[in-house]
Amino acid sequence: MRARVLVVDDDPALAEMLGIVLRSEGFLPSFVADGERALSAFRDSRPDIVLLDLMLPGMSGIDVARSIRSESGVPIVMLTAKSDTVDVVLGLESGADDYVVKPFKPKELVARMRARLRRGEDAAPEMLTIGPPGNQITIDVPAHTVTRDNEEVKLTPLEFDLLVALARKPRQVFTREVLLEQVWGYRHAADTRLVNVHVQRLRAKIEPDPERPEIILTVRGVGYKAGTG
Amino acid sequence: MRQVTLFLVTIEHTWRRSLQVRVVTLTLVVSSLLVAVFAYVVAYRSSTILLDRAKQSVQVQLESGQATTREQLAVFSKPYEPNVRGTLQDIVSYLGGGDSQDPTSGLVVVRADNVSEITGVQSRPGDISAVLTSDITRVVRGGESATAIRSANLGAGRAKYLVKGTPVSTKFGQVELYYVEPLTTQDSAATQINTTVLATGASLVLLLGLLSALVTRLVVRPVRVAARTAQRLSAGLLDQRMAVTGEDDLALLAASFNQMAANLQRQIVRLEDMSRLQRRFTSDVSHELRTPLTTVRMAADLIFAERERFPADMSRTAEILQTELDRFESLLTDLLEISRYDAGFAMLDSEPTDLVPIVHRAVEPLRGLAGRCGVELRFEVPADPVIVEADPRRVERILRNLVGNAVEHAEGKPVVVRLVSDGVAAAVAVRDHGLGLKPGEEKLVFNRFWRADPSRARQTGGTGLGLSISLEDARLHGGWLEAWGAPGQGAQFRLTLPVRAGDRLTGSPLRLVPEDADLPAVAAPAQQRAITQAPAEVIR
Repeated sequence: MRARVLVVDDDPALAEMLGIVLRSEGFLPSFVADGERALSAFRDSRPDIVLLDLMLPGMSGIDVARSIRSESGVPIVMLTAKSDTVDVVLGLESGADDYVVKPFKPKELVARMRARLRRGEDAAPEMLTIGPPGNQITIDVPAHTVTRDNEEVKLTPLEFDLLVALARKPRQVFTREVLLEQVWGYRHAADTRLVNVHVQRLRAKIEPDPERPEIILTVRGVGYKAGTG
Repeated sequence: MRQVTLFLVTIEHTWRRSLQVRVVTLTLVVSSLLVAVFAYVVAYRSSTILLDRAKQSVQVQLESGQATTREQLAVFSKPYEPNVRGTLQDIVSYLGGGDSQDPTSGLVVVRADNVSEITGVQSRPGDISAVLTSDITRVVRGGESATAIRSANLGAGRAKYLVKGTPVSTKFGQVELYYVEPLTTQDSAATQINTTVLATGASLVLLLGLLSALVTRLVVRPVRVAARTAQRLSAGLLDQRMAVTGEDDLALLAASFNQMAANLQRQIVRLEDMSRLQRRFTSDVSHELRTPLTTVRMAADLIFAERERFPADMSRTAEILQTELDRFESLLTDLLEISRYDAGFAMLDSEPTDLVPIVHRAVEPLRGLAGRCGVELRFEVPADPVIVEADPRRVERILRNLVGNAVEHAEGKPVVVRLVSDGVAAAVAVRDHGLGLKPGEEKLVFNRFWRADPSRARQTGGTGLGLSISLEDARLHGGWLEAWGAPGQGAQFRLTLPVRAGDRLTGSPLRLVPEDADLPAVAAPAQQRAITQAPAEVIR
């Protein structure tokens, strides 16, 4: 099955070139040039993944990411010309799963997209439980659902993958680099801010008090681990 | 003792700090001195005048008394005549006058110390031995007049008395006439004058002090306001101004001050605008250049992937296009990074970071280059984590730059990377055994686009900005980046970072000059400079 890609970028040459590359890699791209129409284009084309330029006329890429995220967990990869912390973190916090900094190599972009699209097809029945007693969450891996106190917690696929990676080996400390490799599919170590921002977002959804996390614990100077009883 | 010292220090401090205190103190001291001299002169003069008056009036009385006494005694020729004593008593009563019982009044005394038959008489009772002391009576008895001031109790408490005596000659010998006049009126007058002068003087001093305080306050206050306003200005409150009132010198001060502030504000705002524009420009250039570069990059990649199907020249063209695009890209990235530092826009993203994997990660992409150059990479890295509060991306970038440089200049000899931490600071030293640096070059290496030897063929195609950016990265951490090198001995670059972000570095756990360096006399000055100057320059 060919994956549908929505490219939100205002530069026609870049969009066309992206189209050529994506088609040659077996994707089905569609295009929209400004932020205002991005959301309706998203609803029409129902893409499997979104490529989003951060600087757009009309509505900024950050707002687009936020409004897409409000109605869907579809993977969003930002294209950004700035690698400043503020811009990257702002983009990630608004809902993007990953980002590539311009100028990127086409292979790098495609690798990132594939990593985001590669979803748990190995649907062996698996139930995971983490967190200290009285503050536990249950993860149904094949059904892609997370419940706490019998209520479902909505997670994006990336957040879900991150949580599963930690929950499968409780007590083991994961460095950010390992998480980048397992969850984001980076071969070489990359920007660990990705992990930081997504752990924060995940905590905001599953922790009763994100300021004092009990389910995803920080191991100072090393990384993260799942909290258990 | 310590409290006294503290007190003195406080006073000394206030004295130095406050113009007002100094002016008021000086005024008080000087006016007190002046008033004291003035009061002394007035008191002295007035008591002298009063005493002179008293002396004159007593002198007049004495002279008339002398005449009276001489007349009254003229009838007697022998001292033992029966009426002599009665006459003498009459004379003193007459000369003494008034109430003979009043203890505050003066006394008239007649004695005849040379004539043994006659005993002295006095106008009223009282012990006059303390007044008519022997030094006076001896003079008068010898035939001379005498004047003295004696203090004694003649029945009305202790008081000062003016004593005047004169000899009176008679047919039966010499008698002595004494006037003992109390000086109580003169004394109380002098006391009153003294009190008045002192009170006036004291209030004058106080008034002068107050006046000087007021006047200095008038002058000092605007100066203080100006100082405070200047402090606020320098703290960044650029719209602070002084109030201008009147047209005097102080108004001129305020007006000039305000003008200066306005000019400063204009300049600063202009510079801020320029800096903001510069930053904006950097960001815009970044975006505007990167988007087309991305397109070109993708196009070049497609062509590069298909290069086997092209004729040889076209295929080579595709390769050159590809490598030059890589160079262009890294140059653009470095330029943008350095302009971000120039604009003061670089931000530190500190987090507890283990330096051990960072060292390995930084070196990983350079293994290919090291293999091509035949350089062996050696590590002396502790087995335990070395946790430092740092920005991992920047530290990795610094180390990649240092190791890349070392490999490039290693001349095929091994490159050693050492990591050491002493709990306060962590240091990474990258040592090569290549050509080394000439004296003075350990500063120049950090200059932008500086090359050790322009004629040398480039191997890595570095941008020439790597070490400049690394130096800025180190500074941003509050760390040091220093270089050592000697011709033929190779070079060593040392990065020192504080273990806790924001701590001030005082030393490095690694030596800048490697232990295996054998230093000929020529190289010594260069090494010296690197040690003494580099930290001073690197700390910001």
